[in-house]
Amino acid sequence: MEANSRMTGLHESRVQRQKSSLFRQSLKRLMKNKLAVAGFGVVVCMFVLCFIGPFFSPYTDNKINMTLMNKAPNLQHLLGTDALGRDILTRVMQAGRISLTVGLASMLLSVFIGALLGAIAGYYRGIADQVIMRIADLLMTIPSLPLLFIFGALLSEWKVRADYRMYIVMLMLSIVNWPGLARMVRGQMLSLREREFMQAAVVLGLRDSRKLFHHLLPNVVPLLIVMATLNIGGAILSESVLSFFGLGVMPPTPTWGNMIDAANNMIDFQDHPWLWIPPGLSIFATVIAINIFGDGLRDVLDPKQKR
Amino acid sequence: MSEALLEVNHLKKYFPVTEGLLNRTVGQVKAVDDISLTLQPGETFGLVGESGSGKSTVGRTILRLTEKTAGEVKFKGQDIHSLSSVELRLLRPQMQLIFQDPYSALNPRVRVGDAIGEALLDHGLCSRHEVRELVLESLDACGLSAYHIDRFPHEFSGGQRQRIGIARALILNPDLIIADEPVSALDVSIQAQIINLFSKLQRSKGMAYLFISHDLSVVEHLCSRIGVMYLGSMVETASRDELFHSPLHPYTKALLSAVPVPIPRLKRERIVLKGDIPSPANPPSGCKFHTRCPFAVEVCKAQTPVFRDAGGGHFVACHLV
Repeated sequence: MEANSRMTGLHESRVQRQKSSLFRQSLKRLMKNKLAVAGFGVVVCMFVLCFIGPFFSPYTDNKINMTLMNKAPNLQHLLGTDALGRDILTRVMQAGRISLTVGLASMLLSVFIGALLGAIAGYYRGIADQVIMRIADLLMTIPSLPLLFIFGALLSEWKVRADYRMYIVMLMLSIVNWPGLARMVRGQMLSLREREFMQAAVVLGLRDSRKLFHHLLPNVVPLLIVMATLNIGGAILSESVLSFFGLGVMPPTPTWGNMIDAANNMIDFQDHPWLWIPPGLSIFATVIAINIFGDGLRDVLDPKQKR
Repeated sequence: MSEALLEVNHLKKYFPVTEGLLNRTVGQVKAVDDISLTLQPGETFGLVGESGSGKSTVGRTILRLTEKTAGEVKFKGQDIHSLSSVELRLLRPQMQLIFQDPYSALNPRVRVGDAIGEALLDHGLCSRHEVRELVLESLDACGLSAYHIDRFPHEFSGGQRQRIGIARALILNPDLIIADEPVSALDVSIQAQIINLFSKLQRSKGMAYLFISHDLSVVEHLCSRIGVMYLGSMVETASRDELFHSPLHPYTKALLSAVPVPIPRLKRERIVLKGDIPSPANPPSGCKFHTRCPFAVEVCKAQTPVFRDAGGGHFVACHLV
């Protein structure tokens, strides 16, 4: 009797082990890629620094102190102060919150739109496919940066409130980014729907929603994770570019992009490098780390696709 | 005679051959050309023929995985090809398909238990907490263990995956199972296990099989009636004993003479067919078999033979019988 219960206990633990096997296998392989792990580490550090760091800072990001203008890095202000006497380190961390949030949120939104529309286009084909993919083509034919500039200029023209601009920038970036994702998801759908297990789903008489969400989309998820990760880096970069040109998130709200704006000024560029090097390095480190991590993820989850 | 479970009348499936930018139709591949068969409840009908004779297309067209070109498929008196998609979906659980390739017929990202149980849930045939019990029952009936339930398909061998495919069809309690070469992707020892599983399940559940195969010994073991297909058409249909002991059509005779027998010194007459099966895009005139038939005469080239009863439910399409 006891032996019997021990046997079932063994079974239980085995079931537990099996349940996560697919995920664990991938994780194991990812851990072997030291570079990707390092990339992930940098990203995590960046998030921790930006979201928790400001609580330990004695300064607030918008506290103006004219007596401390453009001070070089010192013990009180580790990265110096800017033209309005604000602590650069605190502002870089605050800016990181905005930049990382914009990157993450616009990625989530574009993955949501892209995956949904791509899945509908690939699964139903016909008119839905034509309409969705022609809109996507249209958006893809226009280079994204000029498009973003036009959007940004329109926002300035319409005098959108500065604190709303952050959300509108997220939306803009998603609008520019979803067509690529949709196109890829559609391609995957087209090939998956011809697979034999989808015929099995037809024979079993499964509902469309079940076929779509239980059979097709899970097969696209690895690809989607990879694309989404790489997408964050791109979104952070685009946001920085926009803000650098004064078309994205507006000061006084700090972002890495509008902090580098300091480099626009020749005197600041030459004499006060602490104004633009910290935000520049932050962008550089974050985007590189995200891309390295994304590449590592792709090798693990989607080995067939090599760039 | 009671009402037939499945009635296929003059079923035709032509695939268009298109060419050029405008997809002009330049010809047709006659994959299934005028097939008729009936299946009684609980009966096993074997469909044999060489590669490219249209056996699988028959199975798929019956289940409306491809649309027919002409003809009629009646399942329990309902014309499957004229049902709406909603009606068809509700009828699906009663007729199931077992796939040839057990590797591609299972979704790699769906756990075995979910794959087997999901159709029950989706059709509302059982409640959420009953499903596990039924899945376990079905796994057990197919010779799989309870701990297999949470595993992924890639963790199984080919034979086990075919069992999963059978369990997935079986749990719906279908009246008809179309088995599309279910054992041809498996090695011989596993083939025997799966075939025995098929006959065991039929004895306990009493469903009808349409068993598609190119392996005559498999069909002989399992089927009560057998149809022989050649180039999209049925050439001979008879009960198993009739077909194996007194085949009428020269093609059937040739096929039977090619079955290996486990008696090494036995001398027997081997009918060797010349050439390959002709293209179904451009089938020969008259009797489609005349190009390879050792007994062909003039009339075979000119006239298509009628598929007729040669006595006692033994149907054959040949001028010489």
